[in-house]
Amino acid sequence: MAARKAASKPNVSAEELKGYYRDMLLIRRFEEKAGQLYGMGLIGGFCHLYIGQEAVVVGLEAAAEEGDKRITSYRDHGHMLACGMDPNGVMAELTGREGGYSKGKGGSMHMFSKEKHFYGGHGIVAAQVPLGAGLAFADKYLENGRVTFTYFGDGAANQGQVYESYNMAELWDLPVVFVIENNQYAMGTSTKRSTKSPSYWERGAAYGIPGEEVDGMDVLAVKAAGEKAVAHCRAGKGPYILEIKTYRYRGHSMSDPAKYRTREEVQKMRDERDPIEAVRSMLLTGKHASEDDLKAIDKEIKEIVNASAEFAKESPEPHLDELWTDIYADAAPQNA
Amino acid sequence: MATEILMPALSPTMEEGTLAKWLVKEGDTVSSGDIMAEIETDKATMEFEAVDEGIVGKILIAEGTEGVKVNTPIAILVEEGEEVGDVSATPAPAAEAPAAEAPAPTAVAAAPAAPQVDLTPDWPEGTAMKEQTVREALRDAMAEEMRADDTVFLMGEEVAEYQGAYKVSQGLLDEFGAKRVIDTPITEHGFAGIGVGAAFGGLRPIVEFMTFNFAMQAIDQIINSAAKTLYMSGGQMGAPMVFRGPNGAAARVGAQHSQDYAAWYMQVPGLKVVMPYSASDAKGLMKTAIRDPNPVIFLENEILYGRTFDVPDMDDFTVPFGKARIWREGDDVTIVSFGIGMQYALEAADKLAEDGISAEVIDLRTLRPMDTSTILNSVMKTNRCVTVEEGWPQGSVGNYISSVIMQQAFDYLDAPVINCTGKDVPMPYAANLEKHALITTAEVIEAVKQVTYR
Repeated sequence: MAARKAASKPNVSAEELKGYYRDMLLIRRFEEKAGQLYGMGLIGGFCHLYIGQEAVVVGLEAAAEEGDKRITSYRDHGHMLACGMDPNGVMAELTGREGGYSKGKGGSMHMFSKEKHFYGGHGIVAAQVPLGAGLAFADKYLENGRVTFTYFGDGAANQGQVYESYNMAELWDLPVVFVIENNQYAMGTSTKRSTKSPSYWERGAAYGIPGEEVDGMDVLAVKAAGEKAVAHCRAGKGPYILEIKTYRYRGHSMSDPAKYRTREEVQKMRDERDPIEAVRSMLLTGKHASEDDLKAIDKEIKEIVNASAEFAKESPEPHLDELWTDIYADAAPQNA
Repeated sequence: MATEILMPALSPTMEEGTLAKWLVKEGDTVSSGDIMAEIETDKATMEFEAVDEGIVGKILIAEGTEGVKVNTPIAILVEEGEEVGDVSATPAPAAEAPAAEAPAPTAVAAAPAAPQVDLTPDWPEGTAMKEQTVREALRDAMAEEMRADDTVFLMGEEVAEYQGAYKVSQGLLDEFGAKRVIDTPITEHGFAGIGVGAAFGGLRPIVEFMTFNFAMQAIDQIINSAAKTLYMSGGQMGAPMVFRGPNGAAARVGAQHSQDYAAWYMQVPGLKVVMPYSASDAKGLMKTAIRDPNPVIFLENEILYGRTFDVPDMDDFTVPFGKARIWREGDDVTIVSFGIGMQYALEAADKLAEDGISAEVIDLRTLRPMDTSTILNSVMKTNRCVTVEEGWPQGSVGNYISSVIMQQAFDYLDAPVINCTGKDVPMPYAANLEKHALITTAEVIEAVKQVTYR
């Protein structure tokens, strides 16, 4: 069994650190804009924002290589931006428009990108866990050396299919990193009220899967843990579990009044543990970037996000013929 | 620049709400994330956060106001040193999307015409035939496709070392090895999901359920993940795979092991559903299923596994989906069935012939897509129809066929369509009760006599 904490933080260059700042800020600003568009009635249905959890996906993407796969739940906007999907296509899917990644037919919870190896976008809690193990099964079968990041939350971590997947993943040495994004609340139920055992990653021991707990508000700690997990998988040693302790600032979805926690609790996390502020202060105190450098990044991000919102408003609704397309494939889809 | 703060939509169904309380006052400075107001929706009281930084220049809607429509300006945010008057009174931006042009509505089915029916034979005339059981035919179909495509593999409980719980996969482990013939733990939900993920990842899985009763543990993965992903992804990725195993009643195995799922799966867009009767169809349709780029539900039957039929002795024999087979031509009534129901349909037709009633017997073979043309064409000739299946009556396959006939060949009917089904009860264990719970040949004969007024 691996150590509980990641041993050391990696050495990163100023450029890399600035990159993480930029990527996290893109997610934050994008999600704020999505919340705004939801308020204006431009985004409908369910919309689960990722604000507060940015360091998880940005840290793990820093540990991924080209061709590695990722799959997650319905809280998926951050994962898509972090793996390089186009903000315009994501925002236009949120508004249900033709220019969206799924031509407007998937919505906030259901987007995919073959090009970026992003496999959704799944709305049934924990269903993505065996699917992620299956992607890793295909990679092992095809002997292509790829690793799959399978993200799920602390809520999903109590579903039976997670443990069915753990068992087979370890039995068959599948190259999959199970990433538990523990944001401490499964909708409105805190982990204390849902789960007897204190930590989720330790459950892997029952299946012989190593793992560790990671500080999810520290992008460098996440990256270091991700690199260790990926190395384990790529070496053919089977799956690895990362339980990443994080926090979502917003409600479960847009219509969640969040009465199950105090305003002070949220404010304390924002003030003391914000992952973006942490990198910002690291950049400034280490003199890796000036205020002006960061302002330039802020400006660039604002422009990207505003452009995505404009695109998402301007893109037309899908043609009514789209109702009847993509139900059956005519020829073999090239998934891999 | 001054910006209007609009009444937000805070739930999927909210159209208006009550501005319960302002938590800021004019002149206050706010930054992103600060709570500005409490708003009551139809569901809950929500805190409304500021998105932009600025100074609250003016509050436009007083607290306590009810029925504030979404997108109504409720306050004005200004920058340092800016006057509220700088904001021009712009109307709330409409959330209307540029509407796509609607296609002209299609006319409802006009006068019925005899539909086109594909009458090409399943194999060329003069093809040599060999006798095979359904079990052997299925095994051969899988083996042939595994030889042809390295990405095809079989997974399920007892498929490898045990040689298949019903011996359908006999010999496959020896030929293809443990990489491609994989014993799973007893964990249907999990391995069905792994199968779907493997299909996303570029493989062609065949997932065997020891019986389809156990696939109820996995039905979320079959429907939500396998059937819907192509659509949800806008055509980017789907699950080319086969879910197969015995379906329906075997003998004396009780309520939990005896259900027919034909009508359930037939309902789902994104799935294809196959339910063969003969060995040649089992073989030809299985090969088609494995090659199909969509998720296919392949419903076999334990009682039929051991039945022997003639199978064409050809290199690459396939049967297309969506093409029914006319087993017996007749003029007085059309009997439509599929799977083991065909056994009752054909027995009934034999006995009816002795009474001078000529029945046309149609085997649907695939339920989705369904060859309704062949049914309609036949009913336009015989003017009468009886459907036969083992599943339950409410929401049955026969119910759907009846509705298609009623809507597309109503004027041709000389009698109401009768659906012969299993009884509306869980399967009992006692031998006499079980026999009574299933459809019987006598009931099919009785139904035909009713519709032919004999």
